[in-house]
Amino acid sequence: MFPLSSTTDTPTEAPRDTVREAELARILEALGAGVVDSLLKPNDDMWIRVTAETWRVTAEKLKALGYTYFGYVSAIDWLPSPFGKSEDDASGPSGERDSTIKQGYAGGDTRFQVIARLVQPFTTIGINIKVDVADEVMAVDSWSSVFAGANWHEREAHEMFGIGFNGHPDLRNMYLPTDFEGHPMRKDFPLLARIVKPWPGIVDVEPLPGDDEEEGEAS
Amino acid sequence: MTMLGDRQQLAYIASQAADARVNVELETEGMTLNIGPQHPATHGTLRIIARLDGEQVVWAEPSAGYMHRGYEKLTEVRTFPQVTALVNRIDWLGSFANEVPFILAAEKLMGVEAPSRAQHIRTILFELSRIANVSLFLGDLGVQLGAITPVFFAFRDREYVLNLIEGATGGRFHPNFDRIGGLKDDLPAGFIDETRVVMKKLRTFCDQIEDLLFGNEIFQSRTRGIGVIPKDVALSYGLSGANLRASGVDWDLRRDQDIPMAWNKTDFKVITHPDGDSFARCWVRLQEVRESTKIVDQLLDTIPAGPVMAKVPKIIKVPEGEAWVSTENPLGEMGYYVVSQGDQGPFRVKIRSASFNNISIVPWLLKGVYVPDIITILASLYFILGDIDR
Repeated sequence: MFPLSSTTDTPTEAPRDTVREAELARILEALGAGVVDSLLKPNDDMWIRVTAETWRVTAEKLKALGYTYFGYVSAIDWLPSPFGKSEDDASGPSGERDSTIKQGYAGGDTRFQVIARLVQPFTTIGINIKVDVADEVMAVDSWSSVFAGANWHEREAHEMFGIGFNGHPDLRNMYLPTDFEGHPMRKDFPLLARIVKPWPGIVDVEPLPGDDEEEGEAS
Repeated sequence: MTMLGDRQQLAYIASQAADARVNVELETEGMTLNIGPQHPATHGTLRIIARLDGEQVVWAEPSAGYMHRGYEKLTEVRTFPQVTALVNRIDWLGSFANEVPFILAAEKLMGVEAPSRAQHIRTILFELSRIANVSLFLGDLGVQLGAITPVFFAFRDREYVLNLIEGATGGRFHPNFDRIGGLKDDLPAGFIDETRVVMKKLRTFCDQIEDLLFGNEIFQSRTRGIGVIPKDVALSYGLSGANLRASGVDWDLRRDQDIPMAWNKTDFKVITHPDGDSFARCWVRLQEVRESTKIVDQLLDTIPAGPVMAKVPKIIKVPEGEAWVSTENPLGEMGYYVVSQGDQGPFRVKIRSASFNNISIVPWLLKGVYVPDIITILASLYFILGDIDR
């Protein structure tokens, strides 16, 4: 009825996206050696990864290039959860869980990455910017002097991931009590409710008795 | 910063002077005013701590986090179809609108596109959520500024819209109706006729609110020129939705973004206002409800026939990849950055909610205003606590 994917049907003709290609070329030229890796998915989005030293300069240069709308700043912990995936029973034995770190688009060398998004107003062409955060430093420069909105986002990332932001005016906790220990969004921080009692939703995807295996059912 | 009004400049000078005076031996009668966490003007539990010099705010800081539910962590232990039940509760007045960008992100990763009938119905329900959400804002606005009547109108007319949503989805507040690949069900019989009637009622409601509230002299004098946000400041704080358009930025993701929804098949105006003050923000929202009713009317005329669900596997495994999708939600731009590593559940979901950015401007905006204006400004920025704390 409906093809699962329209892009795989025509592998011979790769989709072109001249607007984003030109934009990415412009960005790469402006940022120069600061960019470690970049990725463009046609008619979708752009990703670049910059070095930690140029993180703040990247924001300034992109702002000058017209990316004046601030989306967000957050972080990703690429360590696979030691408590299993969503379909595993977290209270069961940990067993042979894969613990190799596998970074996403635009690559990476470290467990933690800070990710941000800036958008060009009126065109909705946005760019995702990533930066590696080395384990021994655990800090990058703050964007709050470039984009005022980064202030709160960096506070959130700081308490949730334990990543420092050099030059941030006030890295107080937003959500957690001041004496809270640990960083909840790290993958090795256990979700206690899940450990104490297995999530009943694990069996949610099993077919129910009398449920005919008809097509077009999502859940 | 160039567009600061005289009043804000004066207020800024006064705040500087107040700081200077604290530093010398002559201590002024400064006081710290605590608003909330339980306060009618906070739509939940936002606490504002303001340091005052007389009637003027010298420094203010919102303290969020009384309702943090850790959805970003919880998504990591759910499967993709289960996540919609969580994200429903982010902006609880326009729940269906929260599901759509997440489902679109998952569909983008899977390479699935919903059938056009499903896209149409999604857009209709999305706009109905917007109307339900913003019409309550219009009533609530009056209460916060001391006018009681509009809120009764708002609750009455919002109920019609909630009945429609309930009729179609089974849930008044939390529909949980969107599925990867389409929708759970088709529209019920009689939905289209009923919706037409309700949209007419809602337009009448807008007229009434406009007469009652926006034409009111007291309302105007309390909102005009209060809390002015210049364009460049709004952009650098990442403000979105009506707050941004009220500062004169002609930008609406429904019109400017190419996503598989039905907005590009309709004809609607993007409302902007040049002033950037509290009045402009409220006025833009009022006009947007009107435009939304027109969008719904147009979509009702053109619903295509066909299935509401694409062919997707029973057990959904989303291929490896990363995707960002954002839509123009009732409160502003809401987006999800979804990272999948080929499992049944997402690896990481960053929820970029509109109110978090919208409210982060408050420390800047409240500097130098008078105490009664705090309420006006908070009301006009319009936030939902669940949307700040997630």
